[in-house]
Amino acid sequence: MNIVVCVKYVPDAQSERTFDSDNTTDRVGVDGLLSEIDEYAVEEALKIVEASDGEVTVVTMGPAQAADAVKKALQMGAHKGVHVSDEALHGSDAPATSLVLAEAIRKIGAPDLVITGMASTDGIMSVVPAMLAERLGLPQVTFASELTVEGDTVTIRRDGDVASETIVASLPALVSVTDQINEPRYPSFKGIMAAKKKPVEQWGLADLGVDAGQVGLDAAWTKVTEFAKRPPREKGTIVVDEGDGGTKLAEFLSAQKFL
Amino acid sequence: MSEVLVLVDHADGVVRKSTFELLTLARRLGDPSAVFVGEGGEAAAESLARYGAAKVYVVADPDVTAYLVAPQAEVLAQLVEQVSPAAVLVPASSVGKEVAARLAVKTGSGLITDAVDVRAGGEGVETTQSVFAGSYTVTATVTRGTPIIAVKPNSATPEEASAAGEVVPVEVSISDAAKAARITDTQPKKATGRPELTEAAIVVSGGRGTGGDFGPVEAFADSLGAAVGASRAAVDAGWYPHSNQVGQTGKQVSPQLYVAAGISGAIQHRAGMQTSKTIVAVNKDEEAPIFELVDFGVVGDLFNVLPQATEAVKAAKG
Repeated sequence: MNIVVCVKYVPDAQSERTFDSDNTTDRVGVDGLLSEIDEYAVEEALKIVEASDGEVTVVTMGPAQAADAVKKALQMGAHKGVHVSDEALHGSDAPATSLVLAEAIRKIGAPDLVITGMASTDGIMSVVPAMLAERLGLPQVTFASELTVEGDTVTIRRDGDVASETIVASLPALVSVTDQINEPRYPSFKGIMAAKKKPVEQWGLADLGVDAGQVGLDAAWTKVTEFAKRPPREKGTIVVDEGDGGTKLAEFLSAQKFL
Repeated sequence: MSEVLVLVDHADGVVRKSTFELLTLARRLGDPSAVFVGEGGEAAAESLARYGAAKVYVVADPDVTAYLVAPQAEVLAQLVEQVSPAAVLVPASSVGKEVAARLAVKTGSGLITDAVDVRAGGEGVETTQSVFAGSYTVTATVTRGTPIIAVKPNSATPEEASAAGEVVPVEVSISDAAKAARITDTQPKKATGRPELTEAAIVVSGGRGTGGDFGPVEAFADSLGAAVGASRAAVDAGWYPHSNQVGQTGKQVSPQLYVAAGISGAIQHRAGMQTSKTIVAVNKDEEAPIFELVDFGVVGDLFNVLPQATEAVKAAKG
């Protein structure tokens, strides 16, 4: 079973995330890392391959720093990496990102499974997996909190707002996973050393046959016209419970007309 | 005026409040047309009309709901083709956003997710989003195709505006490719009698500080008619279901009142609740970062504070 895992290098939520002067997310001036939910995607792919055979290929699209996201996945145990990077990609929106990733997956070769995280931790749109399924013509099996592969069938549990669903599809398929699906491993020392020898391909748009006019900020189908830092919340009232904390809390709610 | 398509969110035919919010917002952009997928569309048309739906497109083909997401995107793509709407509004649920994603690719249209406001701007449909854990507010427009906007629950107050609500049955042809991921089983979540997390006006959440006992959190929530949420720590510990998780990898909520009990307020959690209007916290640790966000905080043990507050709320409500 060959699996492609799509991963994203994102600005660290613990650092001061911000925008560039062209209204795009600052991906260079801020500390970044492998998007946390993608670790669950990598872990799930490794578990599946370890239980059968085959290879896990990790693909990312992003600036030079995004190589770190691939490296982390290789340290966890993925077999090889692909880093799609091109000046022209700066400012790409979700449709362009899905276009490039779809072409990269085609070039890697027809995998049995494409696995992604349910969303990146920066944009939190959770639309690229569905777009990839649409573009690749694969069954969309998304938001998996449990996953089993048997023969050429994949089955997941998808927990929605009002119900928990079982979804079944034939391979090849596209799966996105939630953070409930497994417990990602930490890279071992051996894994970290081994990752240094694993192959990482560098691809530009020309390698994928994607026209630069289809991607990047100018080709985006949406446009951020303004961004503004929210004013910090005003410091509220804090009381120490001296046996009347609950009463005071209720008084506050009453004064605010919540009762 | 042009039509504005609104994808109806419903549970077994009962229309959810977020749909009335979408219809209210859609009126700013054109004439709202509801798109109802599943059984019970004709019965639902009355309530949809009350909130301004001039038309209710009803798609009853069982194939559309037997498979995940893809058929609904085909339905909307066919309607977009037929009526050339001014915009398509969908709920910013996981299904809503995924339907929107596929529709965007199919129609070559720009997609904005998690909008908290939608209006007619100088350059077409304009939206407001809250990003980076609520630390920035972003204004955006769609520059290509039909604007597709996924709107977060609680982004508008539903306002009634009676319209015709003409039921229009829609015959669709679903491709084989869209029938690839079959929904073989649906287990409704256990009814709690509480409002749904993302659309509740008040949310009371518990975290590590509950030590696994959500009793006081649930009792306080019930006194306020609130939904119950949980931090990731509480969910990871198996104390509460993942579908109730508030945070970066769970639900993003934006209620009128958010109460965090025994939750420290790590960025992971803040990403899910920071845009709440009023924030209250109860925590034993006075250094907990959650206190940086609050309008009112109690430094104390939730097992003392919440039961006392519950009784006081009950007394006040009579």
